[in-house]
Amino acid sequence: MTGWVGRSLPRIEDPALLRGEAAFTADLAIGARAVRFLRSPVAAGRIAALRPPPDMPPGALFVTAADLPEAGPIRPMLHRFDYRAVEQPVLPRERVHFAGQPVAALVAPTAEMAEDLLDEAVFEVEAEEAVVDLDAALRPGAPLVHAVAPGNVAVEGALRQPGVEAAFAQAHRVVEFAFRSGRQNATPMETRGGLAAFDRATGRVRLTASCQMPHALRSGIAEVLGMPEADLQVVAPHVGGGFGQKMALFPEYPVLVWLARRHRGSFAWIEDRNENLTASAHSRDQRHALRAAFDAEGRLLALEAEILANVGAFSTWPVTCGVEPLMAFAEYPGPYKVPAYAARARGVLTNTCTMAPYRGVSRPVITFGIERLMDRAAAALGMDRIAIRRRNLVDSFPYRTATGMTLDEASYVEALDAAAALADIPGFRARQQAARADGRLLGLGVSVFNERTGYGTPAFAARGMGIVPGYEVVDIAMTPTGEVEARIGASPHGQGLATALSQIIADRLGMQPGQVRIVAGDTDRTPYGWGTFASRSAVIGGGACQLAADRLAERLRAAAAKVLQTTPAQVTLRDGQAFGANDASLPLAELARLAHWRSDLFEGFSLAETAAYDPGGTFSNACHVAEVEVDPETGGVRILRYLVVEDAGRIINPMIADGQVRGGIAQGIANALFEEVVYAADGTCLTGTLADYVVPSCAEVPEIELHHMETISPATVTGAKGLGEGGAIGAPAAICNAVSDALAHLGVDVAEFPATPPRIRALVRAAEASIEARP
Amino acid sequence: MKVAFTVNGAPREAEVEPRRTLADMLREECGLTGTHLGCEHGVCGACTVLLDGAPVRACLMFGVQAEGAAIRTVEGLAAPDGTLNALQRAFQAHHGLQCGFCTPGFLMLATWLLERPDKLDEDTMRHVLSSNICRCTGYQGILASVRAAAQELGRWAG
Ligand code: FES
Ligand code: FES
Repeated sequence: MTGWVGRSLPRIEDPALLRGEAAFTADLAIGARAVRFLRSPVAAGRIAALRPPPDMPPGALFVTAADLPEAGPIRPMLHRFDYRAVEQPVLPRERVHFAGQPVAALVAPTAEMAEDLLDEAVFEVEAEEAVVDLDAALRPGAPLVHAVAPGNVAVEGALRQPGVEAAFAQAHRVVEFAFRSGRQNATPMETRGGLAAFDRATGRVRLTASCQMPHALRSGIAEVLGMPEADLQVVAPHVGGGFGQKMALFPEYPVLVWLARRHRGSFAWIEDRNENLTASAHSRDQRHALRAAFDAEGRLLALEAEILANVGAFSTWPVTCGVEPLMAFAEYPGPYKVPAYAARARGVLTNTCTMAPYRGVSRPVITFGIERLMDRAAAALGMDRIAIRRRNLVDSFPYRTATGMTLDEASYVEALDAAAALADIPGFRARQQAARADGRLLGLGVSVFNERTGYGTPAFAARGMGIVPGYEVVDIAMTPTGEVEARIGASPHGQGLATALSQIIADRLGMQPGQVRIVAGDTDRTPYGWGTFASRSAVIGGGACQLAADRLAERLRAAAAKVLQTTPAQVTLRDGQAFGANDASLPLAELARLAHWRSDLFEGFSLAETAAYDPGGTFSNACHVAEVEVDPETGGVRILRYLVVEDAGRIINPMIADGQVRGGIAQGIANALFEEVVYAADGTCLTGTLADYVVPSCAEVPEIELHHMETISPATVTGAKGLGEGGAIGAPAAICNAVSDALAHLGVDVAEFPATPPRIRALVRAAEASIEARP
Repeated sequence: MKVAFTVNGAPREAEVEPRRTLADMLREECGLTGTHLGCEHGVCGACTVLLDGAPVRACLMFGVQAEGAAIRTVEGLAAPDGTLNALQRAFQAHHGLQCGFCTPGFLMLATWLLERPDKLDEDTMRHVLSSNICRCTGYQGILASVRAAAQELGRWAG
């Protein structure tokens, strides 16, 4: 072993990106016929007329549902939780279900021409009453978004452990917290887009798409179009971020593939930002009500959660509309000991853009819930906020949670204590006092959480998913010139995965990472696999790479033993060479050449191996501390300090890992203070530009102080735990706890995020009014 | 309409519709796809290029407005053999990029910052770079990269 794992190796991905030479989907689409989608302007209604523009120039096409009779619906399945199988037509025939839903495709030589023509297309719709928010959808007698889902509930999970009632009956204190989480858009800087190109020689279509799961996308399109999967190749080139949004099978992609097959050419759709903000996928539009029973020492006796998630108009393929409500349902207790748990979670359909996973999925919301609850409980019980957390954190492992998950070795208490010490809370209190005397309002907030990562098939199967993702497969081989090619089913989109995997493989084979090539993102060149989501690639893809490399190492040792006339056990691989006994050695490149060209020397020899990896999952953990200043006049919040103690097990590349945490926190800060998708009462999306949907810049995101702990878990072969989502999970809770702390003297308590300036102003005004109204 | 300009020092001519943006002209007529489009409404800065020495949003200008201008894009930063310049090297060393989609815009904005007569300080850097959006990095790596490049080039005031 030469110890590449653990080093901040510069990324092999970077030079091409820095030269502007790396190709993204739109770069490859130049010259293809342009596709634009006609989208419904109304949230709900019956299609009365849909006709092409009167003057269609030669080469232009107008495609509606009538042209695609063979296309089936997008219909993800969940085999439990009272799931109602909502279907999404690729293009609708009768009704539209949200403003932005694609209704027809218009093809022209250029995107400008296609857009001009769209204005002339005839689309008449008899608008119907739309249900937009949770209240409207759940009101008795509310219009049904889909007839298959009575009461607009598409999925429902409920659990009540014995002992919940008794715990509440004997509680010293019952603490309640009801709150709302605003709707977000993952907002990758590169929007969605695809280029479908027909190969006349083979009859196959290559879809180049900005996606996270090329193999699954291929399966989904083939199923919808009823075509042989072998006739479709899906390629994810450089992908400009995804964060979950690009996992789904969106209706635009089957339309592109259909066009390429039907019209034997190349067709490209590059989404514009307005489409991305209003019609791709949204997340985290949720409302929760919590009740918790505590004893006099601050011990949590029972937790009860009522969870509502607005899942939009359809169910996202393949993870379904259960992904948000059911994750909140299963993971609410987080890192805390909850002896008795009751929960009910419902996924509620509305006439809004469909929900899809976004970094952290429901965990930013449940962490906000439970961490704000802990602060409220501390106040109600007159306890210290750190002490109440320490009392309730899981501290012996493995720990089986109320919902049957096993928490493996972690550092919940240690990370909290380390973060509290680094934050110097007594020192902060003194500064807070002094600042208050100057009329400045400072606050400090903490959040503790765990992050389920690297889970394979069993975890997804437990959800009852009709399509069960989980495993990853790696094909590894050494070329005759001695480089290693690893073909992975996972598909990175900006994380630096190729660099990290090359470090793992280089260590196992005693090579330089530069001699390792990672082949990814192409269904023709990689084994079937799932992709990059749920903080899993480093853990599962990395684990599979390690296993595959170990098998290849065995083959190399066996071959070297023949040449060096020793036994395989005597052979070690290091510095690009195979060493036998008495330091006799052979360069791996030489060995590779012999293996390929003189296989007569070896019996039945090859330098190719395959390995699959499918772990049960693990939990990384972290503690975040935010220090903020709130301006009560403007409602503005400035983050003065942000510190993180993170434990993600073995870190493969610290620089990349830190980048993941920092990037996640920036998205968490956005979630806490800035970003919200807003709908008008009629279902029109009001946040259709980046001027309305406010993504923070470097003026709003502070320096993040990062500290690491490394609890090595036996739950994964590399010891790595995965950390792609943690930053986004911890930040809303820490920041909103800090804002509440800053305004505690007014009795203000943040129960809705993002805590935007107008919301904070409203809270301050209401608090001041109620103070004045006091006799 | 015909437009003549230079890109990265080389003279170019293009025949474009008057409504075609500078960004589309660079990408489609000149094949310079390193200039990215993140919003096409002037907010994200991914399309930033230098026009006669000043940073502009290429999505907010028309190609025909580039008549006679000297344009610099990300493709002009590295040496012809692909060797990265100091700023690009700093981005790699300090993890100034993840997906790399926003990167050309940040590189061009930072190039302008580093070429100004005044040395660069922390506040100016943060203020100017706050014109662009990155969704991946949380900005710390970008700021560290620009700071390091300024230091290496003797352009840092701090
Ligand atoms: S693409 Fe020009 S500013 Fe976003
Ligand atoms: S690196 Fe992905 S948007 Fe900046």
